[in-house]
Amino acid sequence: MAPFDINLSLGHYWLNLFYVITGIGFGFALERAGFGDSRNLAAQFYLRDMRVFKVMFTAIVTAMLLIFWSDALGFLDYKRVYVNPTYFWTAIIGGVVFGFGFVIGGYCPGTALVSMSTLKLDGLFFVLGLSIGMFLFGETIGFYRAFWDTSGFYGDVTLQDFFGVSAGVVVFGVVVMAIGMFWVAEKVEAYFAAKPSGGNP
Amino acid sequence: MKKKPEPYLNPYVAGIFLGVVLFISYVVFGHGLGASGGIAKIIGAVTDAVVPAHTEKNAYLVGLMRDSAHPLDTWLVFEVIGILIGGFISGTLAGRLRIETFKGPKISNPARWAAALFGGMIAGYGVRIARGCTSSQALSGGAVLSAGSWAFMLAVFAGAYLLAYFVRKLWN
Repeated sequence: MAPFDINLSLGHYWLNLFYVITGIGFGFALERAGFGDSRNLAAQFYLRDMRVFKVMFTAIVTAMLLIFWSDALGFLDYKRVYVNPTYFWTAIIGGVVFGFGFVIGGYCPGTALVSMSTLKLDGLFFVLGLSIGMFLFGETIGFYRAFWDTSGFYGDVTLQDFFGVSAGVVVFGVVVMAIGMFWVAEKVEAYFAAKPSGGNP
Repeated sequence: MKKKPEPYLNPYVAGIFLGVVLFISYVVFGHGLGASGGIAKIIGAVTDAVVPAHTEKNAYLVGLMRDSAHPLDTWLVFEVIGILIGGFISGTLAGRLRIETFKGPKISNPARWAAALFGGMIAGYGVRIARGCTSSQALSGGAVLSAGSWAFMLAVFAGAYLLAYFVRKLWN
């Protein structure tokens, strides 16, 4: 039953090759989605084009449904897949800081790599910035290491743990919410498309 | 000869494509996708190569190095290499491989580069605070219903929408 322990069955070099292949699929999907162009990403935050939201939530819903269906059919063991541990406060603070950088710079790490790979200079500068920011984090984390290590740490807590319901209820809720928000996204885009263009007042 | 770039995929189709790749990652490796981790590993390795004494004093960098026999011998780095190859292949096939700068209509190229560099710095710092980016936290953690990943995702959108008005000259 999946997840397969392919490190043991195939060995180190094959494993790395599989990661490169997965990365190729990932990069290809991001580029096809239009995420190598910072304007498509920034447009999300000015409500002109909800592409970021649509692609991201379609991907989350697709993967989530496949994972939970596979678990129900006994093909994939959900209990054995990696669930990002919850550090609540660093997720919130880091998320807001990241969001600031996202709208200023126009990319996130994966999309900036894709942009750079198609020779976009703004993508290249964003990747350089990311590198500097990560370096600075290493330099300054000493000042608040204890906070970063422990604040809001709850371990591998899932939404179903948090709400005290079964996984099926959460999966259903996420699908309903996503469909509702896709509908809103289409309405918002239609509204802005109907408005006369000609830039900002 | 200059070819006209192909249109992008329908966002819902692109989302399904991306979701299937993410699912395959969970099936084969037991974990999701990542982009920022590989960049962090490379930065750690570069710091270590240039100023090894400095790395030793920095507990965070030492932790980053100790995970594997060689700092770059980790799936995170191989996935980043794959992302670059995949983006390159897709962009080339679609006629989008050319040197250019994407920006709002009212700013100059150097201003856009400065904003990209500065925004990247802030995002890079935030990524490490949050222990992951839009790929490893929001997308992957979101699909397996990690509570912290959903908190991160909401915070990212909140932060970006909060600041969007103040930096509108960059994009509008």
